[in-house]
Amino acid sequence: MTIKNPEYDFKWCPGCGDFGVRRALEVALDRHIVENEQPVENSVVVAGIGCSGNMVHMLEKEQPFGIHGIHGRSLPLAMGIKMGNPDLNVIIVAGDGDFLGIGAEHIGPQGMRNLDVTAVVMDNGVYGLTKGQSSPTTDLGVVTSSTPYGKMEEKLHPLRSYLTMGVSFIASTISTKVKDMTDIMYEAMNHPGFSIVHVQSPCTEYNNTFEALKGNVKKGIQPLAYDIPEGHDSSDAEAAQEIVNADGIPLGIIYRDTSRPTFDKRLSDTTGIKEMKSVESLLDGFTI
Amino acid sequence: MKKKDFVVRFAGEGGQGVVTSAEGLAQAMAQSGYNVQTFSTFPSQIRGGPTWTQTRISTSEVLSPGDELDVLVAFNEYAYANHKEEVADDGVIVFNNGEFEIEESENVLGMDFDKLAKQTGNNRAANFVVMGALARLVDLPLSVLEEFNRQRYTRGRPSDEQIISSNNMALSLGSEEADKSGFSLGELADPIKPEGDQVLINGNIAVSLGATAAGLDVFVGYPISPATPILLWMEQNLVGPGKFVYQSTSEIESITSIVGAGFAGKKAMTSTAGPGFSLMGEGLGLAWMAEIPLVVVDVQRGGPSTGLPTKTEQSDLMTALYPGHGDMKLPVIAPGTVEECFYAGVMAVNWAERYQGPVVLLSEHAMSERRQNIPRPDANNVGVEIRKSYEGSNGYLRYDGFELSPMPIPGGPGSYIANGSEHDAMGDTTHLPSRHVQMTERRFSKLNLLNDGTFEEDNNKNTNIAIVPWGGSKGPALAAYNALREENVDVGWCYTMYLHPMPEKMLEVLKSKELVIVPELNYMGQFSSVLRSEGIKAVSITKYTGLPFKESELIERIRKIVESLVIKGVMA
Repeated sequence: MTIKNPEYDFKWCPGCGDFGVRRALEVALDRHIVENEQPVENSVVVAGIGCSGNMVHMLEKEQPFGIHGIHGRSLPLAMGIKMGNPDLNVIIVAGDGDFLGIGAEHIGPQGMRNLDVTAVVMDNGVYGLTKGQSSPTTDLGVVTSSTPYGKMEEKLHPLRSYLTMGVSFIASTISTKVKDMTDIMYEAMNHPGFSIVHVQSPCTEYNNTFEALKGNVKKGIQPLAYDIPEGHDSSDAEAAQEIVNADGIPLGIIYRDTSRPTFDKRLSDTTGIKEMKSVESLLDGFTI
Repeated sequence: MKKKDFVVRFAGEGGQGVVTSAEGLAQAMAQSGYNVQTFSTFPSQIRGGPTWTQTRISTSEVLSPGDELDVLVAFNEYAYANHKEEVADDGVIVFNNGEFEIEESENVLGMDFDKLAKQTGNNRAANFVVMGALARLVDLPLSVLEEFNRQRYTRGRPSDEQIISSNNMALSLGSEEADKSGFSLGELADPIKPEGDQVLINGNIAVSLGATAAGLDVFVGYPISPATPILLWMEQNLVGPGKFVYQSTSEIESITSIVGAGFAGKKAMTSTAGPGFSLMGEGLGLAWMAEIPLVVVDVQRGGPSTGLPTKTEQSDLMTALYPGHGDMKLPVIAPGTVEECFYAGVMAVNWAERYQGPVVLLSEHAMSERRQNIPRPDANNVGVEIRKSYEGSNGYLRYDGFELSPMPIPGGPGSYIANGSEHDAMGDTTHLPSRHVQMTERRFSKLNLLNDGTFEEDNNKNTNIAIVPWGGSKGPALAAYNALREENVDVGWCYTMYLHPMPEKMLEVLKSKELVIVPELNYMGQFSSVLRSEGIKAVSITKYTGLPFKESELIERIRKIVESLVIKGVMA
């Protein structure tokens, strides 16, 4: 919404990582619109359910189209939109619960198809909107409202998963580095194929990981997050593999494969059919 | 008197040519101007297993698969043992005596299908041996089948001539065998050729063609019996610029991706059966809530859970009307004949576009598989509707007011948020009581736009009992109605494929009745329950065997109900 809407009563908590993600997304979208000479109505934001999905209502600049669907299904919604009209710029905003928990089954298929959409995944390692249950990216042993004796599962490693599932553009970033995140989101929208920008976007209320990610010299806490060295060749799958297998949270573009055709390109190339048969001619085949 | 109606069942093992024999016979007879209908049931496995298909041939419209068999063609002993009871008293059993032996009796005719086929030099000609014998039994000139053979196997291949001549020889050999036996079922009456072009087609293809004629753009589906043929047809044919057809990874992906396509301005559809339909409940709620046009075809099979994947039932009516949580009642179109399947495909897409929401097309296993001759639809004149799309300037309130409003399309003006949460006029989430009231009433008010459903009726002025079937039970119910009227039993007839919203005038007719009798293939009596909730005095005649109604059983059961009313004094 461009102006404050009194009917809309949702708020992110003070200090939520999602504020930074919004700023980056707004600027990246602006840049995409200007560079591609497209009206803002040519972009569609597909929202998951959760704190992060509310992004679609909280963009403050000119309004793209939006769809706020059901829990976990942002990727198939995006497929229908993109394949229905391949000229649209389709961006998903979702959280770790929506994208990696209930919606995890949809990542692999879109990786195989190389659906040309961009997913911004805001990872806070917790279910925030339902008040603090464990998520696939919550650490082993952590006590949450739904794991009162500590979490029994090991945490999912999203970046490793994306790489094995054939996502053709993988970036990792953090909500505090707005400028870097903006550049990455812009690159992701321009990428021909399935791109994921995985953002560490901590929850100040239920899982505040800012200090762990950024470190604290005074307390002697080493930062988990680190910049990917400048020499990294993102087209090198083995180099990408090394990064995602290493400890810590890498920041930057990890992998980018521009050689694979997008899903919409595959559709036209595979059939090669220039004109659909008329229903009359199809009926001819059944005429007695 | 010449025979006007002829039912043949082919029974054997999957892979023995049971289906091709039945369908070949249907094709040949339809080509020579008879009305035909096939009906089949088979196990849920890839190869083998007991299977049977039957073909009914008639000089008038075929309303049901036929109660009794004039001929049973038994390819193996199991088939003979399991189907012989259904042969009419004056019927004949043709069996493969190369495969098994049975005691000689008056109405059995043994022939070695495979040995006779070998004599033609074509081992695969056994079907034609059987068809030749059948032709002889009803005094049908072999030329009809020879003509069908020539057309079917003229495929521009070097082997064509050889196949055609061996098949013709098989026809003669089969005919001679039957001739030797001395059996005859009586001569089949000459066909009364229907006026205009005819197509021989099954329900699944008819639905597909209808939806395509209405301008379908996008189809996403997941394989499931008995809806898979719709997916396969679409994959083959809904192909070209601007079209998208795809096999998804689940029914959840199917429904949500067509919500996306519908939102993007496309006419979108999926097809499924019970288990898949259950998975689509949440997505259908989203389409209803966010006001997005789309069509879901549910080809019903036996349920619940995995149920009876390859048997027929009409037990998804309640879930079609109410597939998800919350206040929602979906439009449902349930065709009752193969011909209606085509027009239901057209209307489902049109209704979705018109009221900007999801529409359910309820088909059934028996109708989806059966092939029937129907008048060729005029695909260029079906009356295609397109949603009212928004073409003004930005700053539009998409969900303003209590009635339908033009829908903005991404890429065009009027950006908004299509929202599955309760929302305000531009689509932002809200919890205001006044908004939930407005939007709920808005969503239900749009159903009033679907007021053009038609219905058929007969003899309702003179009687206070009506027979009101739905879906595929229409055929046997109509046959039963016709038979009862000939006996001067005092009943009326009412039928529509538009189950929700139902035509207002039809509801008026039904409300005036002392009793409405609903033949339906489920345990709970789902449609009569719906009618009772409208204040109609309705009772069901139920059946839940996985098989359709027989005409004779409906005649008996309806007669019993009517007689009991006469005793009670409700009827004169």
